[in-house]
Amino acid sequence: MYNFTLWDILSNLLLAARWTVLLSAIAFVCGGIAGVLVLLARVAPLRPLQTAMKLYIELFQGTPLLMQLFIVFFALPLTGIETSPWTAAAVALTLFTSAYLAEIWRGCVEAVPRGQWEASASLAMSYGEQMRYVVLPQALRIAVPPTVGFSVQVVKGTAVTSIIGFVEVTKAGTMITNATFQPFLVYGLVGLIYFALCYPLSLSAKALERKLNVAR
Amino acid sequence: MSLADQSVSPSARPLVKLSNIRKSFGSVEVLKGVDMAVQEGQVVAMIGRSGSGKSTLLRSINGLERIDDGVIEVDGECVDPSQIDLRALRLKVGMVFQQFNLFPHLTAGENVMLALKVVKKQDKAACRAAAEAALSKVGLGHKFDAYPSQLSGGQQQRVAIARSLAMAPKVLLCDEITSALDPELVNEVLSVVRQLAEEGMTLLLVTHEMRFAREVCDSLVFMHGGRIIEHGPPAELFDRPQTPELAQFVGMVEAR
Ligand SMILES: Nc1ncnc2c1ncn2[C@@H]1O[C@H](COP(=O)(O)OP(=O)(O)O)[C@@H](O)[C@H]1O
Ligand SMILES: [Mg+2]
Repeated sequence: MYNFTLWDILSNLLLAARWTVLLSAIAFVCGGIAGVLVLLARVAPLRPLQTAMKLYIELFQGTPLLMQLFIVFFALPLTGIETSPWTAAAVALTLFTSAYLAEIWRGCVEAVPRGQWEASASLAMSYGEQMRYVVLPQALRIAVPPTVGFSVQVVKGTAVTSIIGFVEVTKAGTMITNATFQPFLVYGLVGLIYFALCYPLSLSAKALERKLNVAR
Repeated sequence: MSLADQSVSPSARPLVKLSNIRKSFGSVEVLKGVDMAVQEGQVVAMIGRSGSGKSTLLRSINGLERIDDGVIEVDGECVDPSQIDLRALRLKVGMVFQQFNLFPHLTAGENVMLALKVVKKQDKAACRAAAEAALSKVGLGHKFDAYPSQLSGGQQQRVAIARSLAMAPKVLLCDEITSALDPELVNEVLSVVRQLAEEGMTLLLVTHEMRFAREVCDSLVFMHGGRIIEHGPPAELFDRPQTPELAQFVGMVEAR
């Protein structure tokens, strides 16, 4: 029987970790862009739009990510849309991320004092101008730490995509365990890889928070 | 007493005319049919107890509060609650707030320039020149690049005044603009307002500075329970109040 060295295991895991990183990045970037749109609709002075976005956000916050993934992966093909594990994972995580980021950012927009809206309104600025030049720049400052903090959730969230057969680091861990029968070692390494990805993110979220608190 | 003879000919059309303004918050009626006229160049102070509806009235004049009934006319433009063109209205009506409400992420100069740029679409050079002029007018030409957090309360409020003035409004509304200031900073703001009054700016202010009201204002309006129950020249109102409510208010304020 072939003997796996530690390096064999680790190098295979690290190769798979590339997909974890790539999937996280795609989900975060696309989810961020979609999140901005959801946010703008969520706080727009238009009742129906607000309600629709509230529903969207609550739907994704109120169901497990795994269910969302299953729906995208198994239900979409029923409607004739072909999905590979790759696209299903990317789509589901993007939707999930957009809902959470929109909600985080809504809190930041609402933390901007009412007086800022009133002062800019008194200067005859339109809603869009108020948002763009007065409210969003201020919301952005307070949004940075929780946004970076949430990126940790995205990275960890990619683990569930292993269930639909997307080979990221968790799935690679399972496959290697099946070949090596060393679950403790393999999953230990998988855990370390996640930690190495996430810890710098949470550290920088904390540092940013401290820095912005001092600046204010 | 050069201020006293700023009185306007009675035939002049009022710059601001309020007719039968009504406003409720839920089931509480806060403005119960207010009529008022402000002539061009006039300085009018609103006084009254806290909760009498002064802020609500002032805020309804630039559409920050939506009125339930009545008509607001500014500079000949009629605005009723159903067909209100807020942008046109707000270009004519500037407002300064108790809490300054400067944009904290922008410098003093940028605060003043922002609406010139995005609302009035003036080019960079024109914005800059207008902002410098406005800040110099309030004595803060040297603070163009300072952020609000680097300014004292009095300085912040003067930047807020400059920001409104730069938009060249027809009338400036001031809602207790010295109430959030430390006592030693009140005068620097009041003297800016006094200077505006002398230059003929139309001003409508809510204030608790009675001495200022007496010296600077052409007319005084006393609000009580959502109505204007007395109005006239300051000296008359202070010295010969006609209603027990005003007598009590004057006594209370002067006892302080
Ligand atoms: N947004 C609001 N919602 C509910 N009630 C309000 C609101 N704003 C003001 N009021 C009430 O309206 C009344 C008048 O308030 P205001 O105009 O601020 O009075 P003043 O400026 O004379 O102190 C007060 O009783 C106040 O509690
Ligand atoms: Mg008030």
